[in-house]
Amino acid sequence: MAKRILTVDDSKTMRDMVSFTLKKAGYEVGEAEDGKVALNVLAGAKFDLIITDLNMPNMDGITLIKNVRSDAKHRGVPILILTTESDDKKKGDGKAAGATGWLVKPFSPEKLIELIQRVCP
Amino acid sequence: MQPDKQTISVGAQDTLDRPAAGENTQQFITFTLGPEEYGIDIMVVREIKGWTDTTMIPNAPAHVRGVINLRGVIVPIFDLRARFGAGLTVPTSMHVVIIVAAASRTVGLLVDTVSDIISVDPKAIRPIPEMGLPTEDQFLEGLVAMEDRMVTLVSLAGLFGKAADPGKRNFSSDLPKAA
Amino acid sequence: MNNEAEGYPLAQFRKTYFEECAELLDALQANLELLSNGSGDEETLHAIFRSVHSIKGGAGAFGFGGLVAFSHVFESLLDAMREQKISATPDVVQILLRASDALADIVGAARDEHVLAADFAADILTAMEEALLGASDPTASGVQPKPDSEVNEVSGERRYRIAFTPHTEMLQKANEPLLLIRQLRKLGGLSIEVDSSRVPPLDVIEPESAYLSWIFTLDTGVPQSAIHEVFEFVEDDCDLKIEVVSDGSLAAPAANLAANSANPARLAASKPVDAAVAPATPTQSIRVDVDKVDRLVNLVGELVITQAMLTEQGTLLPVDHYPALIQGIEALAQGARELQESVMAIRAQPVKSVFARMPRIVRDLAATLGKEVRIVTAGEMTEIDKTVIEQLNDPLTHMIRNALDHGIEGPDDRIAAGKPRQGTIHLSAAQRSGRIVIEVADDGRGLNREKVLAKAQDRGLVAAGASLSDEEIDNLIFLPAFSTADVVSNISGRGVDMDVVKRNVQSLGGRITVQSRFGSGSRFTLSLPLTLAVLDGMVVSVGKETFIIPLTAIIESLRPQAADIHPVVGRGLVLALRGEYLPLTHLHRCFAISDAITDPCRGIVIIVESESAGRVGVMVDELLGQQQVVVKSLEANYESVDGISGATILGNGRVALILDIARLREIDSRMATDRTVFNHQNAIIDLPEEAPHAA
Repeated sequence: MAKRILTVDDSKTMRDMVSFTLKKAGYEVGEAEDGKVALNVLAGAKFDLIITDLNMPNMDGITLIKNVRSDAKHRGVPILILTTESDDKKKGDGKAAGATGWLVKPFSPEKLIELIQRVCP
Repeated sequence: MQPDKQTISVGAQDTLDRPAAGENTQQFITFTLGPEEYGIDIMVVREIKGWTDTTMIPNAPAHVRGVINLRGVIVPIFDLRARFGAGLTVPTSMHVVIIVAAASRTVGLLVDTVSDIISVDPKAIRPIPEMGLPTEDQFLEGLVAMEDRMVTLVSLAGLFGKAADPGKRNFSSDLPKAA
Repeated sequence: MNNEAEGYPLAQFRKTYFEECAELLDALQANLELLSNGSGDEETLHAIFRSVHSIKGGAGAFGFGGLVAFSHVFESLLDAMREQKISATPDVVQILLRASDALADIVGAARDEHVLAADFAADILTAMEEALLGASDPTASGVQPKPDSEVNEVSGERRYRIAFTPHTEMLQKANEPLLLIRQLRKLGGLSIEVDSSRVPPLDVIEPESAYLSWIFTLDTGVPQSAIHEVFEFVEDDCDLKIEVVSDGSLAAPAANLAANSANPARLAASKPVDAAVAPATPTQSIRVDVDKVDRLVNLVGELVITQAMLTEQGTLLPVDHYPALIQGIEALAQGARELQESVMAIRAQPVKSVFARMPRIVRDLAATLGKEVRIVTAGEMTEIDKTVIEQLNDPLTHMIRNALDHGIEGPDDRIAAGKPRQGTIHLSAAQRSGRIVIEVADDGRGLNREKVLAKAQDRGLVAAGASLSDEEIDNLIFLPAFSTADVVSNISGRGVDMDVVKRNVQSLGGRITVQSRFGSGSRFTLSLPLTLAVLDGMVVSVGKETFIIPLTAIIESLRPQAADIHPVVGRGLVLALRGEYLPLTHLHRCFAISDAITDPCRGIVIIVESESAGRVGVMVDELLGQQQVVVKSLEANYESVDGISGATILGNGRVALILDIARLREIDSRMATDRTVFNHQNAIIDLPEEAPHAA
């Protein structure tokens, strides 16, 4: 069965690009435009991996991660955060909240797939 | 060309009785205008309905009988007899409108009756003999001889100008204004 | 993702990106406005940051270097403000506003593939960087993306010993030791020792805790950094010791890097997130193709028509015999109406997207004119059909320009007039009785009625000595080619003439009026339909035919008296109406309809107004009533017809054509000449002997 990945980003461009790459690699992809929507989606479905942006309206990535990690159903799901540059502070915040790993934008489709395979083969 | 006396309906039964159209045959729906029988490619026919009153289009050529509401779409109705220069049809509830899709448009053709579905080998279509009738030639595609009758095939492209070119719509401009 | 891999629809992503940029820039503008007039809060700043951040993120993906560089500095400044290292002083806000304008230009250039001058917006960049330098914490300046430090390493096969002890947090973050081991195995020959000495007795074991340690021996030719990369995500959540145990070259000193979590094992019992922190929830949304919505609008239009037809048929039934049927029809009517409203609401968008563009126009133009002007907006969330919104920008821009150019005085004049230096333009939107009302009000000099009237008379727009009400005089400015500025300024040279605005507004089925008080300002009121797909029409009959006249074009209708109808040689009939002479158009003659009433005194004359044809009396047989109709295209399956703007389907299922009233007069005179003068001479002869009819 194909792995299911949830991509969370307020930018449709980003979601489109991530989801296109993932689908091409054979993953099933769900999309959410902010943390709140993501939680709603997660309430009704199981995903094998979550890829989330940090800066989003309504609920940011950090809050989303904390919520996921405190939810018995999803606490074991790997979460990759998207950051720009090598923003150590952001990375640190993300990790402290419970992110599994991070991805620095802009990234190539190959890099994205490689990272995903690292945390969710 | 004698009118067909044997087949008058276009029911499904009728279609089933016939040999299925082979790979090399083309199917036509035939209809009458007075004593003459014409055929139109079945692929462009969307539906066949009885005549209903139309809403006139101001200052349109006589063969444009107005527009009707076809499930919310405004569809113009053309009097094929008038289009062929044979005078206006006096439509009754017995008259029939063939709804066809020409390029991106849907239009209705007012005819007398619909008579048959025929399968024709394209090789059997013969050219229209020169009859010195420029208007008619342009609307007609060819002649098909059936067992006991002759069917004239109508060209939609000819009827509606360059139908494939939606930018160029000339339902009226290429025609002399009928009385 | 900046490579163009096979089948990668980059062009499509670009399109989405620029659409998104437009929205982000609008939001950015709007939030900056809030910030600048002091009504913003903490979330405003976050939203501003996010807009710039998202623009930057996408720009990186497409390799728009200039855009990334600019938005990076912009974002850094905003970040410093978010962290309260820089406060939103008026000066800083000014920089942000300018940066936002420049950002819009840079995005536009990227979209249109223009190349901007190398020093484009250099002054703004400098200003932003200076502001950043002023921030107290030098480490947080963030102006330069920090390059990852790269260490050159010696290659060659080596044996590493890796001691790895995961902390419980590592597991809680869903990092699997097993996956790391697989990853390591890809690097070379791996042997593994597991240390299970820390595993407690079963009764105290915590299933989510980490008790195991590993010692890996790895023979590999990859640099040590590659090994660190495997542990990249977990370095802080484990004890990790990587050492070289045998080195082929022995040249390099044994790298001995220990990455040890400084934190004692915190229990990562993540607390539930404070619900109180949740910001006011903006509505969630989905993107839907406009075509799909239009299809839905059409289908619902059909449903409403069918329902109207049923209702009409229902009235023919005796209620006593079919009570349930009649009730059902009524319920259907109610349901269909609500459904139509809801579907129309899908197409509706807040006017915010248009309003958000106005502050920049005001800023730019105020600077050009040397005036001080602020714009205050209200009712941005008022919703209106998307098609209307798209066409609202031009007239609104015109009106704002006009208010700035002709309305608001220079600072000195204002002070002399006892007004504040800074002028104010109020832009507001509201929904009133099924229409959208947009107002543009300024506190400028107002219209000088004497001047307006004199000018109108000068141009022959008004008869000398005609007495006009104040309102009528004010509305003269909407007449074609009327310009109130004494000097044709740079701005009006670009077409501020209000007749353009009026034409735009009318093409949207709207109306515009002005109220003004000399010395204290003008208020332009624009009233628009909620949608273009539905039109309020007057159903009229001519002979056996039925037509629809758009209600917005109708001034009044009347049954004229014979004494008011006058033949004018070569021009047909005119109708005298309160001292004005209006040409009469015979609809039956325009469209060659037989069996119609030809005597104006026995039919009805509808006074309609259009920009190009002015006021005209249109003669019809009867008014059948007012009705909201769904506009359909005649051209979809036929061709455009002179004098007809569209079609609709009436309650009885029949098609009725919608009149293009601006064309009628010309068609009438053409038809009159076509058919020789006989017809209208005839009409003149019929006329005067008829008994006058009451209006």
